[in-house]
Amino acid sequence: MLPDISGHFGKYGGRFVPETLMPALYELEEAYTQARKDPSFEEELENLLKSYVGRPTPLYYASRLSDQLGNLKVYLKREDLNHTGAHKINNTIGQVLLARRMGKKRIIAETGAGQHGVATATAAALFGMECDIYMGEIDIERQALNVFRMKMLGAQVIPVKSGSKTLKDAVNETIRDWVTNIRNTHYIIGSVVGPHPYPMIVRDFQSVIGEETREQIMELEGKLPDILVACVGGGSNSIGLFYPFFDDPVEFIGVEAAGEKDPATGDQTEVKHAATLGFGTPGVLHGSMSYILQDHDGQILEAHSIAAGLDYPGVGPEHSFYKDKGRARYVSVTDSEAIKAFNRLAELEGILPALESAHALAYLPRLSEEKEKHNPQDQWLVVLNLSGRGDKDVHTLAEAMEVSI
Amino acid sequence: MSHIKDTILSVNEKKESALIPFLTAGFPKPDLFLELALTILESGGDLLEIGIPFSDPLADGPTIQASSQEALSNGINVRKTFELCREIRKNTDKPLILMTYINPVLAYGLKEFAESCVETGINGVIIPDLPPEEASDWKDIAGEKGVDTIFLVAPTTNKERFPLINGYTSGFIYYVSTTGVTGSTKKLPEELIRNLEDVRKLSRWPVAVGFGISTPEQVAMLAPHADGIIVGSAIIRKIQETDSDKVVDEIKTMIKQLKKATCLSSRWRSSEAKAGVS
Repeated sequence: MLPDISGHFGKYGGRFVPETLMPALYELEEAYTQARKDPSFEEELENLLKSYVGRPTPLYYASRLSDQLGNLKVYLKREDLNHTGAHKINNTIGQVLLARRMGKKRIIAETGAGQHGVATATAAALFGMECDIYMGEIDIERQALNVFRMKMLGAQVIPVKSGSKTLKDAVNETIRDWVTNIRNTHYIIGSVVGPHPYPMIVRDFQSVIGEETREQIMELEGKLPDILVACVGGGSNSIGLFYPFFDDPVEFIGVEAAGEKDPATGDQTEVKHAATLGFGTPGVLHGSMSYILQDHDGQILEAHSIAAGLDYPGVGPEHSFYKDKGRARYVSVTDSEAIKAFNRLAELEGILPALESAHALAYLPRLSEEKEKHNPQDQWLVVLNLSGRGDKDVHTLAEAMEVSI
Repeated sequence: MSHIKDTILSVNEKKESALIPFLTAGFPKPDLFLELALTILESGGDLLEIGIPFSDPLADGPTIQASSQEALSNGINVRKTFELCREIRKNTDKPLILMTYINPVLAYGLKEFAESCVETGINGVIIPDLPPEEASDWKDIAGEKGVDTIFLVAPTTNKERFPLINGYTSGFIYYVSTTGVTGSTKKLPEELIRNLEDVRKLSRWPVAVGFGISTPEQVAMLAPHADGIIVGSAIIRKIQETDSDKVVDEIKTMIKQLKKATCLSSRWRSSEAKAGVS
């Protein structure tokens, strides 16, 4: 079972943090292990996921989308129907329960698109905890709606002005806060990144996605899916879907953000993107060893994606492990492919997906072609994680499509 | 054999605490950095800590972050830091210590990094995001080359954990004065002196204290209880605030005052617990 006792997935993962934090990581690991053995913890979590978050989320057969693709029968796991509009709340509810067990009174978190910030602020409000959210100044600008939501939920949104002023720097700033206020504060990391035990804890809380999917698809189709598809930024919605199928003959495809890269034209090393597994190299960022975007001197590079939730130069260590092992395949799609996919789902299925999830959708036509080439007769059963809803992205989209609203 | 440890002990024998000032490599400009480094070593710095600039310095407060950013935009990288250190080494025998985050070291190559340390006269390395749990590869390589690795002990470090760090560190133990990042303006915690004495009792190595120490008064207060005192952000702040034609003089004055404070105390400890321990 991974990670190993020291928090490694093969050579990835680990705990690369200042000494001040090390005892807190052990404390968290211990609290988590105890909680998972405690039936009352499981029961409370399950009740909240059901009655508050709205789980289980539906597994929806996208028939018009499937018809268009021909050889793919596509089911959408509707994480967009969760309370607060994305999968992020699966993790924040679990971690707030943990924080309460540890006697921590204050919650901090980073956020990029604002979805994790909203999910954290929501969980903190539910338990009456103080909550501070760090967010890059640039993200605050492009996600004004979520900033307002967080404030309405009683959280303080702290603008981060250092570095690239986006998610990467928000994580730095949250870690600095945590180092300072370690004794009374719990840090809720929003993805399967950071030092051990976070990648494990977040994965476990998000695994409810894959566990439900397994039950639902068995009921609907009487068999496991052939292929799972999900977008990868830090990688929490994808790991949540993949992990429960790790030992099964099911293909995993993670879709990263190629940003402004155009695969059709030559050398694009200077072009901004967020395809960490596709174009990055192993290194240490935010407390763990994983693929990262860096220059030859080991300085972290800025990522770019139209989807703020994918705009991150790192990725969860478990994904790096899956990549090297060949357990998952990681591909990438551009900003403009994602926008097309957004429109297609809106027109065919009446669903506005988050721009992050639109990246996963954008890969379907290419997947269909690939499969067609190799096995023209076959039909493939696909489950795609629709990780969030697109309401938060309408301004970004309008701007990209040059429409004023 | 550790030049770092020997230097601290010989300073302690004079009934002084060793002063360990910090500079960011290549900040504010490469030439001025070199001049400042030598000025510091001539006017009272017993050792010098040099920071390799990094894009994501998560243990550092805004002051050192800003100096790091500026050094990066001056084109400073790991290779250039080593070149600068080579220049400093030509003019001093005092210990030089590099402070760096782990990722630039990994990108440079662990073995290559240790070799460059030896070649350019670096005596030790501080890597704040490399706790003992992740350090064995680096430790083996650095140890083989005779480069000290200085590990940190924090106020949150408990008794169970301390022996691990005590076993891993070499040169000295870096005691972090307060939970937080470098240069925090909070006043030093009341339990600091007691914590320092506890660590000194258990340590095989000299114990130097750093984080948030900025004034001669603080230095004078801590000197009887610490084998070395690290001052970083306060020096960087002074450089940031001073016109470049006056900065060398200002830093010289500052270092002299800080050094004086390391030997001011009348309450200087009588028993030299560290001397004679190897």
